[in-house]
Amino acid sequence: MMKTRNVCGSSDHAMARRQFLGGVASGMVVGGLGLLTRPAFSAQLSKDQKRVIVVNMLGGLSQLESWDPKPGTATGGPFRAISTSVPGIHIGELLPQTAQQMHHLALVRAVNTHEDDHSKGSYLMATGRRQTPATDYPELGAVCSKALSPESLSLPGHIKITPGGGGGRGNDSAYLGPKFASVRLGNGNPPQNSTRPNDIAAAADEARQVFRRQVNSQFSLHRRTAMTDAYTQTYEQALSLMESRDVFDIAKEPEKDRDRYGQHDFGRHCLLARRLLENGIPFVQVAHSNYDTHSENFDFHLEQLGEFDQGFACLVADLAERGMLDSTLIVVLSEFGRSPHINQYYGRDHWSAAWSVCLGGAGIHRGAVYGKTNEDGTKIVDGQVDHGNLFHTYLRALGLDSTASFEVGGRQLPMADPMSSPIKELLT
Amino acid sequence: MSESPPAAAKVDPVAAHISADWQYDSPLISCRFDPQGRFIFSTAENNRVQRWNLADGKATALEGHESWPWTIGFSPDGETTYTSGADGRLIFWPTAADAPKPLRAIDAHHGWARCLAVSPDGKLIATGGNDRRVKLWNAADGALVHELVKHEVPVYSVLFHPAANCLLSGDLRGNVHQWGLEKGEWQRSFDAKKLYTENKGQNAEYGGVRTMAISADGKSFACGGTFNASNPFGAVCEPLALRFEWESQKIVQSHIAKDLKGPLWRVVFHPDGFLIGICGGSGAKHILFWKADQEGDFHRFDVVALPRDMDLDPRGMRLASAHYDRHLRITTLAAKAT
Repeated sequence: MMKTRNVCGSSDHAMARRQFLGGVASGMVVGGLGLLTRPAFSAQLSKDQKRVIVVNMLGGLSQLESWDPKPGTATGGPFRAISTSVPGIHIGELLPQTAQQMHHLALVRAVNTHEDDHSKGSYLMATGRRQTPATDYPELGAVCSKALSPESLSLPGHIKITPGGGGGRGNDSAYLGPKFASVRLGNGNPPQNSTRPNDIAAAADEARQVFRRQVNSQFSLHRRTAMTDAYTQTYEQALSLMESRDVFDIAKEPEKDRDRYGQHDFGRHCLLARRLLENGIPFVQVAHSNYDTHSENFDFHLEQLGEFDQGFACLVADLAERGMLDSTLIVVLSEFGRSPHINQYYGRDHWSAAWSVCLGGAGIHRGAVYGKTNEDGTKIVDGQVDHGNLFHTYLRALGLDSTASFEVGGRQLPMADPMSSPIKELLT
Repeated sequence: MSESPPAAAKVDPVAAHISADWQYDSPLISCRFDPQGRFIFSTAENNRVQRWNLADGKATALEGHESWPWTIGFSPDGETTYTSGADGRLIFWPTAADAPKPLRAIDAHHGWARCLAVSPDGKLIATGGNDRRVKLWNAADGALVHELVKHEVPVYSVLFHPAANCLLSGDLRGNVHQWGLEKGEWQRSFDAKKLYTENKGQNAEYGGVRTMAISADGKSFACGGTFNASNPFGAVCEPLALRFEWESQKIVQSHIAKDLKGPLWRVVFHPDGFLIGICGGSGAKHILFWKADQEGDFHRFDVVALPRDMDLDPRGMRLASAHYDRHLRITTLAAKAT
């Protein structure tokens, strides 16, 4: 990427405006911001093609119905624990297919984030830091997109597949700039506005692009700025994405795979995630809704985890079978867990004091369990960690130095909370 | 101990009052009177079944389930008790034994066996599960008689018709299927989808046929559960009982309870013809009484704490209710003895 001296001293304002416009045209802007202070990392990782898949269990997954079951206790609920492919590790009975992939995964059963609010919990799990009025921090996807995207990547490096409709760009890259903001695929649909309008013929479209390039070229001879570069690259990358639109089409995947992953939204989204990862996109997040089960927690987890188990287990198995597991970090997180206490509506409430996250793949000791809760899951008794430790661990698992900094406008901004550190026991 | 109403006492819901209140050490889930009127059985979140002696309130534990027991049934003579639970098991118990041990345990369903019913002649036991199956079992030897496959979602309730030689099964999506007992064939379906909510924003299916009842004359059929579930995850819903005419399958009444929030956990027909329901939720802890020709309840009784189940005693004079606050309460449907 060519660094351009900005006329106004910063391209941030221009990027913010482009981001506001939404859609593809705003999405492919090159940030013009500082690189990693150790650019060698970026080059090396691009070559290695490290990738990340995050499954975000929206609303707060119950650790007691998933990764840390406590059957037979007052807090355990009605579901039982089952054995897994790793001797000695048991998980909830609602995850039978995932249990067979446990040798590719690892569990952190000692997460305490001290935050029971949905939006604050989501923020700290996504950024590895607590929200403050002073600074906005980039999400893991933006950091990975910046650090892991090869120079040759013409597709967005940070994709979120969300339930329901919608699309456009996320506001999640903070000081890294809009180039690294997420592109949202609402309900797994391709990026918005990524087809040529029907009323513009292919020949006419090509002619106007040729004309645009010619005018841009003449203009840049004497009046080139970061902003003009950004506009130019926006158009070129948007065109490139339009030509690669098939990447987002799971109809191109074999029908048997669509059946295996499940004929439901989450199954389709996991299959799309596999397709995106295979096409070199460094960060893909799939969200599964919804786990905010203050009422009838057990019936709703029965519904939701049935979908999750099928799609997620297929994805893990396929990444392993296709030789992608060594280069792909797997993370299953939520904004917090759910209370051990079962309320009067058969529900569980918000609980951040002792919950679990599932990791796997690249850089992670597979088949490991880190940390421990007490008999009824109300307290952590060993290995307490938080969002900061997890964020460092993700970066280190990807081969990044989590103590490195981004240089933005002359400021050194640490990639991860400098007061925290990775969970070394989980790293290979 | 529980107050026993005089034989000549007149049933009067408006005079309902709590006549016994017994505490346990775990939140209760369900409760049933035994057909002889000697005991109330309840289930709890500690994986145990409790037998409460009606005469003195003494509780005896029945241990055998490996997870939460959900439902209770009895042979017509009351000598055998059946329970099913989240461990997928159907367990037979000797009702009156000093220390009841399982007579038989059947792995009935993959996942929860969440409902059961016993046929009027006592020869068949029906169970329904999260595996979307309805199963008929021989009560004499525990053999599987029929496996009924039509539901596409978990089965929430099962009920034998008292005279029509058929079984009803209700599911999460408000489908009620009627099955013949001889061949296990599907016969027809009732539409109770008003009890079902698909909340696309929360990606949740909610509601279902939580309870079913048939009047003593077999002419009225009721299904209970929830409607107007604007926020299922937050327990924001309203109670609803649908009353069908048995032969025509038409909904002839939709019973509601104005200003109450929460699911209807059980409905039963009183021998005098009115319908009784119990509602426990974010804004309700009430027993409700409905007449056939009225949409709203003609009386509601506050049972102190959030209930999860209810049963009517064989005489039609008392209601037992199982509560989250670990209490089993008995409500007498008559004026207090003076």
